[in-house]
Amino acid sequence: MEMEEKLSALLEKAKIEVNEAQDLKEIEALRIKYLGKKGEVTNVLKGMKDVSPKERPIIGKKANEVRDAITVILADEKGKLEKEKLEQQLAEETIDVTLPGKAVTTGQTHVLTQIIEEIEDLFLGMGYQVIEGAEVETDYYNFERVNLPQNHPARDMQDTFYITSDILLRTHTSPVQARTLEQHDFDKGPLKMISPGKVYRRDTDDATHSHQFHQIEGLVIDENITMADLKGTLELLAQKMFGKEREIRLRPSYFPFTEPSVEVDVSCFKCGGKGCSVCKQTGWIEILGAGMTHPDVLEMSGIDSKKYGGFAFGMGPDRIAMLKYGVNDIRNFYLNDQRFLEQFKRKG
Amino acid sequence: MRVSVKWLSEYLDLSEIKPVDLADQITLTGIEVDDVTLPALTLENLVVGKVMAAEKIPDSDHLKKTVVNIGKDESVSIVCGAPNVKAGQKVIVALPGVKLPNGLKIKKSKLRGVESNGMICSLQELGFSDSVVPKKAKDGIYILPIDAKTGHKALPYIGLDDAYIELDITPNRADALSMRGVGHEVGAILNQKPVFPEIMVSDDRTENVDEYISVSVEDEQDTPVYKMRIIKDLQVVESPMWLQRKLMNVGIRPIDAVVDVTNYIMLEYGQPLHAFDYDALNDKEIKVRRARKDESLVTLDGLKRELNPDNLVITNDGEPVALAGVMGGLTTHVTEKTQTVALESALFESSVIRKTAQSLNLRSESSSRFEKGLNTAVIEQALDHAAQLIADLGSGQVVSGVAKVETIQPEDKKVTIALDTINHTLGTSLVMDEVVQLMERLGFDTETSARPLTVTIPPRRWDIEIEADIIEEVARLHGYSRIPATLPKNESIPGELTPKQQLVRETRRFMEGAGLSQAISYALTTNEKAKAFSKHDADPVKLDWPMSAEHQALRMSLLSGLLDNVQYNVARQNKRVAFYEIGRVFHAVSDNKLPNEITHLAGALTGPRIEANWQEDEQDFDFYAVKGILEEWFIMLGITDEISFVPTQTFEELHPGRTAEIRWQNKGVGVIGQLHPALAEDRDLKETYLFEIDMDILLDAEKDTLIHAPIQKYPGTKRDVAFVVDETVLHDDVLSVMKQNGGKWLKAVKLFDLYQGNTIEEGKKSMAYSLTYQNLEATLKEEEVTADFEKLKTALVENLHAEIR
Repeated sequence: MEMEEKLSALLEKAKIEVNEAQDLKEIEALRIKYLGKKGEVTNVLKGMKDVSPKERPIIGKKANEVRDAITVILADEKGKLEKEKLEQQLAEETIDVTLPGKAVTTGQTHVLTQIIEEIEDLFLGMGYQVIEGAEVETDYYNFERVNLPQNHPARDMQDTFYITSDILLRTHTSPVQARTLEQHDFDKGPLKMISPGKVYRRDTDDATHSHQFHQIEGLVIDENITMADLKGTLELLAQKMFGKEREIRLRPSYFPFTEPSVEVDVSCFKCGGKGCSVCKQTGWIEILGAGMTHPDVLEMSGIDSKKYGGFAFGMGPDRIAMLKYGVNDIRNFYLNDQRFLEQFKRKG
Repeated sequence: MRVSVKWLSEYLDLSEIKPVDLADQITLTGIEVDDVTLPALTLENLVVGKVMAAEKIPDSDHLKKTVVNIGKDESVSIVCGAPNVKAGQKVIVALPGVKLPNGLKIKKSKLRGVESNGMICSLQELGFSDSVVPKKAKDGIYILPIDAKTGHKALPYIGLDDAYIELDITPNRADALSMRGVGHEVGAILNQKPVFPEIMVSDDRTENVDEYISVSVEDEQDTPVYKMRIIKDLQVVESPMWLQRKLMNVGIRPIDAVVDVTNYIMLEYGQPLHAFDYDALNDKEIKVRRARKDESLVTLDGLKRELNPDNLVITNDGEPVALAGVMGGLTTHVTEKTQTVALESALFESSVIRKTAQSLNLRSESSSRFEKGLNTAVIEQALDHAAQLIADLGSGQVVSGVAKVETIQPEDKKVTIALDTINHTLGTSLVMDEVVQLMERLGFDTETSARPLTVTIPPRRWDIEIEADIIEEVARLHGYSRIPATLPKNESIPGELTPKQQLVRETRRFMEGAGLSQAISYALTTNEKAKAFSKHDADPVKLDWPMSAEHQALRMSLLSGLLDNVQYNVARQNKRVAFYEIGRVFHAVSDNKLPNEITHLAGALTGPRIEANWQEDEQDFDFYAVKGILEEWFIMLGITDEISFVPTQTFEELHPGRTAEIRWQNKGVGVIGQLHPALAEDRDLKETYLFEIDMDILLDAEKDTLIHAPIQKYPGTKRDVAFVVDETVLHDDVLSVMKQNGGKWLKAVKLFDLYQGNTIEEGKKSMAYSLTYQNLEATLKEEEVTADFEKLKTALVENLHAEIR
């Protein structure tokens, strides 16, 4: 019985010592002290040779129980200490989450490019191609091919920067249409294109005039294209650019390359049509010009105007940006003041 | 074209429609209305006053004390500064409470101790522009006719009780540059038939025009029609109120009854006229011809005009007496003494008039009408009407007969069109009756018995020639609002950006992600800026006739523009500036060819890349920060292996020791470098880094198809090597030695340390590289790596005289 008591006493002693252990190192030391190869439990079991064979199984069982119990005590205490240690670590690692984050400096797309890409995407979705042409053009493609022969009074509508008598800075993106028209193979399907880009006019720069600005023109040529199709297309465009509730209205106008020609107004997005300063009390804002492609324009490109027809439209991203964001000086778009440009970072 | 609604009411019944609503309808169906003015809204309370007395105020040099009767027995005291005020005059009086167009509000006041209870008005004070006020009324108050009714409203006398509609007339609708034309147009819009008064000439049959004048033309193309009438026994008087009023209110200054009638008739019919003082002509022959070289003419405005064969002139006795269609000559113009007038009504070739008006910078109401075309049906009618009116107003007589050259006759045009064509083009489903009714509203006869429809177009609508023109008339009168909205129902084709357009967009997003904002600058710039930063060996493309030196040449580099942007921002306390621009540069080819347009990508960066914050110190952009951006972009384009950066000193605008030419496949495609410190100082800039690349070449480059490579499963083995070399040895030199001598397992080389300083001998630098060896098929053995590594070190020593540390 002596050994049994020794074992019990050992367990009690281990309980006390483990309980008093301060850190994981002490726990490990205690494990070695009690359960190690030369530990106290082993030590006690060395006396087994003096125990009668009858009692041996009982002592053996007891010894295993004590060993297991100490193992459990050690494990529990170890877990407890580990948890404390972790908690202490977490406490030490606590930071002020309200401090500012590290700046990620990104640049932003120019507001005019944003508008152009938005319009491009709308028309890409409707099966149009985007075609960019040259900014320096010939008089022939810029004027004559869009039905503006020499000395046509409508040439006054567009004052032109000439380089030579035949070469000029394009006054609109229409020469791209003329060049595309003459190359298009209608056996491969209809022509649906938009042409965005810079254009130039002989204007003195002021709040509402710029010698350089942007234009996007669109052209659809096929059999059976109607003015109703033009109206529907422009309605989509107006709603995309100015909001779903917008309506459009068409008014007669004149462009040499379309007949009939119309100006297109969108119902005022500021006041909804009641009349305000943005729409000059009319409820409507002029946003683009359009019309049914003039048969002469088609014939000059070698296209049978009896068989094919279509529509064209043109708008100014500068003007759209001015209207949409209340920009009152067109020069802002070309001054590249970061404080101006950064305002258009916001997309939502 | 400014349209008086009262004048228009002479042809149409407008009693049921408000001017503003009329303007709306005109805009929606016909011609854009710029503005509607109703002066009476603010000027209601002007009255006719009779000046009873006007005396100088003793201590003033120009003020007068007047007593003005303003109706019945009521008189008021008014202080007036006008030099022309006199007792007995009928004048326009603004009583207290009236607000004048210039913002002045009339109040009771005292001037020099004299009570002033109103104001006697000049025309300018009532909103008329200086340029339309009759010369004698320019410097004082306006004097009404003596029969004006004292105490009555003053507005009707000067036409301000009317409404004015300002039409913005496009070049195709020159038919509406006349009141009769507008009458037809508004009649069509309102579905009313306009009624115009008939004009009868009561001429003197005892004489014939032949006894006075004969006319001839040199070229019937230039002058298809030339007509003249003679009005004799005239007195040139001031025009009556009704005529002055009509002219002033639409923007024309009354001069005298002869000139005023020519202007009035031009407004009514659209036909410009010219009146010559017959007695100032030297002989009885008028000939229209091209001017000769070295000929000149002193025009009405007193300026001597040098002429050339581009100009068409009216000649008499061999000498030019007028610039056809543009301006009369000084010696033959009508004066107070004129007794006989030769009145011209003609048709001149529009392009000739246009050229003359343009080259002499003499645009007039008359020339612009000739340029845009005339209603050939009223050339003589306008002449008759004007002649009779001049005779009536000046107590003269029209001599019978018209001297004329008439090579064309006004003719109706016929356009045939199928109903289907109309409906197909418009997307409508109109029936024939509807179309016919719309044509009737325009006053066009139609022939429907034989289909397709034939429409007869009178000469007054010379803009209508083809089917599409008829379709436009149908569309606008039917109403654009009644055209449905549909989408094209054609074969669907995919819409997509070209690979290049896609890459341009990716590049924008990439640059923005890297912290650069997109700039858009002017392509036109100064000559010097156009050339700066460009290695292209030619002058820039220049404008023939620039508006300013600032914008006279097309840029050959984007960098000057970007630098201007940087400077602008830095000057406004934007410390960090990082811009990119994608745009065209222009390279001249030869005089008569289009220049090459090349799309470039450029960037300009200055100031802090990282701003000082609670964790980090400020770090400015440096060469390597900018280079790193480009290197990552080259990875995106898939051309990294073909790109090299080669030191260059050929850009005089850039720092000679901090500039590299960017080469792709050993061809120069761009540059990266620091703005030359001297130039930076000129612009007040700190270190500024720039790059510019020919984007067309890189985006057009053929790329290998991207094929996924398996992720490496065998670990790589690393070796580090550090050595000291001459400071002139480039990183690129080290890389090429390593690449050539590194053995087949060397997969990556990375510089991890670069040092120059006190522990290193002067003129030398220490470099440390980390090398990664890898066999894609198997784990590398230590001995394999060691053997290669030793070979590489030996090569460094042999080739670069490196001392391995």
